[in-house]
Amino acid sequence: MTIQSPSLELGAPLVQPIATAGGRSYWQSVRRRLRRDPVTLICAGVLVLLVASALFAPWLGLNDPYKTSMIRRLYPLGSPGHLLGTDELGRDMLSRLIYGGRLSLFMGVTPVVCALLIGGLLGITAGFLGGRVNMLIMRVMDVFYAFPSVLLAISLSGAMGAGAENTLLSLTLVFIPPVCRVSESVTTQVRGFDFVDAARASGAGMLTIVRVHVLGNVLGPILVYATSLISVAIILAAGLSFLGLGVKPPEPEWGLMLNTLRQAIYVNPVLAALPGVMIFITSICFNLMSDGLRAAMDVKA
Amino acid sequence: MDSLVPIEDRGGPAQPLLLASGLRKHFPVGGGLLGRGRKVVRAVDDLTLSVAKGETLGVVGESGCGKSTVARLLIRLLKPDRGTMVLDGDPVDEPHGITVNELRRQVQMVFQDSYASLNPRLTIAETLAFAPKAHGLPAAEARERVRDLLSKVGLEPDTYAERYPHELSGGQRQRVNIARALALRPRLVILDEAVSALDKSVEAQVLNMLVDLKTELSLTYLFISHDLNVVQYLSDRVLVMYLGKIVELGPVEAIYGNPQHPYTRALLSARPSMDPRKRTHEAPIQGDPPNPIDPPSGCRFRTRCPFAEDVCARVEPLLAETGRQEVACHMRVAGSGHSKAAA
Repeated sequence: MTIQSPSLELGAPLVQPIATAGGRSYWQSVRRRLRRDPVTLICAGVLVLLVASALFAPWLGLNDPYKTSMIRRLYPLGSPGHLLGTDELGRDMLSRLIYGGRLSLFMGVTPVVCALLIGGLLGITAGFLGGRVNMLIMRVMDVFYAFPSVLLAISLSGAMGAGAENTLLSLTLVFIPPVCRVSESVTTQVRGFDFVDAARASGAGMLTIVRVHVLGNVLGPILVYATSLISVAIILAAGLSFLGLGVKPPEPEWGLMLNTLRQAIYVNPVLAALPGVMIFITSICFNLMSDGLRAAMDVKA
Repeated sequence: MDSLVPIEDRGGPAQPLLLASGLRKHFPVGGGLLGRGRKVVRAVDDLTLSVAKGETLGVVGESGCGKSTVARLLIRLLKPDRGTMVLDGDPVDEPHGITVNELRRQVQMVFQDSYASLNPRLTIAETLAFAPKAHGLPAAEARERVRDLLSKVGLEPDTYAERYPHELSGGQRQRVNIARALALRPRLVILDEAVSALDKSVEAQVLNMLVDLKTELSLTYLFISHDLNVVQYLSDRVLVMYLGKIVELGPVEAIYGNPQHPYTRALLSARPSMDPRKRTHEAPIQGDPPNPIDPPSGCRFRTRCPFAEDVCARVEPLLAETGRQEVACHMRVAGSGHSKAAA
């Protein structure tokens, strides 16, 4: 499993004029561009489906995801009563995949949201204040940056012990530095614009300036970047579970399922690959959606 | 916070509106982590100027001579390394004076880049209402003020208030910038190359509007530009800067009619002529200004001055009264040691 951090495209100016006709705001024109982008719309649709099915799993009339059966082990796909077959303990795969989405998606989104709050706050502070504060914050982040994200996540999880909470915590820590760095660089860029100087010259307080003039211009790029991190988080969380550092059995979770189905790979390879397919679909949808958002918000395109 | 009523005149007409003395700003460049071996750009060096009430003081000079730094120092977007400022008798940022925020209520600035100086995510009305609201003006009154400001700068409030900056032309955007500078009812407006980026016909409209606004609102302008014709049209007095120093300062007729400093003369003769028979054949001064990190000793202009002599490298010329203006040149000071100076 190789994990590549999404590339940061920071060279291009983020605040740009957009030619729109007749009194449309920036966000209105972003929405208009998104509506014309089928790939992003399909990915968003798939994600909504995944999230909705995970959320409403108990009401979907699925088999019990924890009910084992020694007789019905490793049924192939399309077996009667078990649409996607059964796993090595005879549990229904469809049901486990849908219930597994609950934990996997939660483990993908939560650390990114936490990192977004902490890293974003740190990054915007560093970018807006500049000088020594910036140096202090960013150099500390560089220390975390010195380790590859997978290695850092594994070592933090390993040190804190297995379990979902520790996985969340270690993933949050892993994602704070990149979010912080992106926030810092967009904030530094926005701070250099004359309208921020004009706001300072008007005698407004610093918090007011950040709220009115900085946040609106930096949130877009930061959120787009965070969306692309969700797919990395899902893969990392699955990876940690695969290694036995994340969720504990018998909890359904895609990474853990991938691990336990390993033994069935010669018996029923398609079945063993199913959790991986789910991880793949989810992360690629998040990635493509993030690309689509970036394109819709990049006014030069 | 105050209710944003226009600020009354205090010191009377003879009291300068703004008096800055000994302003200095050096920017450190490079150097090690602990600041050792650092060099400094001497952007503004011991500059003293006063702006009288109701006048327009023009500031001219080549790019990089420190014009914009002066503007930013006067409005305290940059903190001066040294020097004091007095606004209508009140020292700024000193124990018994007014605060920087009170200074900014009375001194506002218009920036050169009309696009970068407007927040692209805010409507024109939001941009204009920002400063009054930050000073505690209620929303309804702020809305009223926005309409008033827009019509003052010649933009129909109903048409433009809810638009975004990218929907306006350069001239319209600069009108909005001017309106924003007026939103707090300031007394002094610093115009930093405010019309330089506009094309000529729009520039003329905006200039005329500035002239009208000045009388209507009894404003005082500090007009910074590299365009000598515009400065001549607008200014009462002119200040010529070279490498962070004042080289000549005086009434506009004196500076344009009888320039005393060789640099001012060179600048004026570099103006393109409207008459094809009076072509400019040679560049009046050669080369670029020297690096402000390591400015020449003595007179900073001596490296490009055709009349430079020994004394110019040894002694720094001070501003001295010559005719109707003040000039910093050894040639104009009797007994300075320069061969062209009177004995």
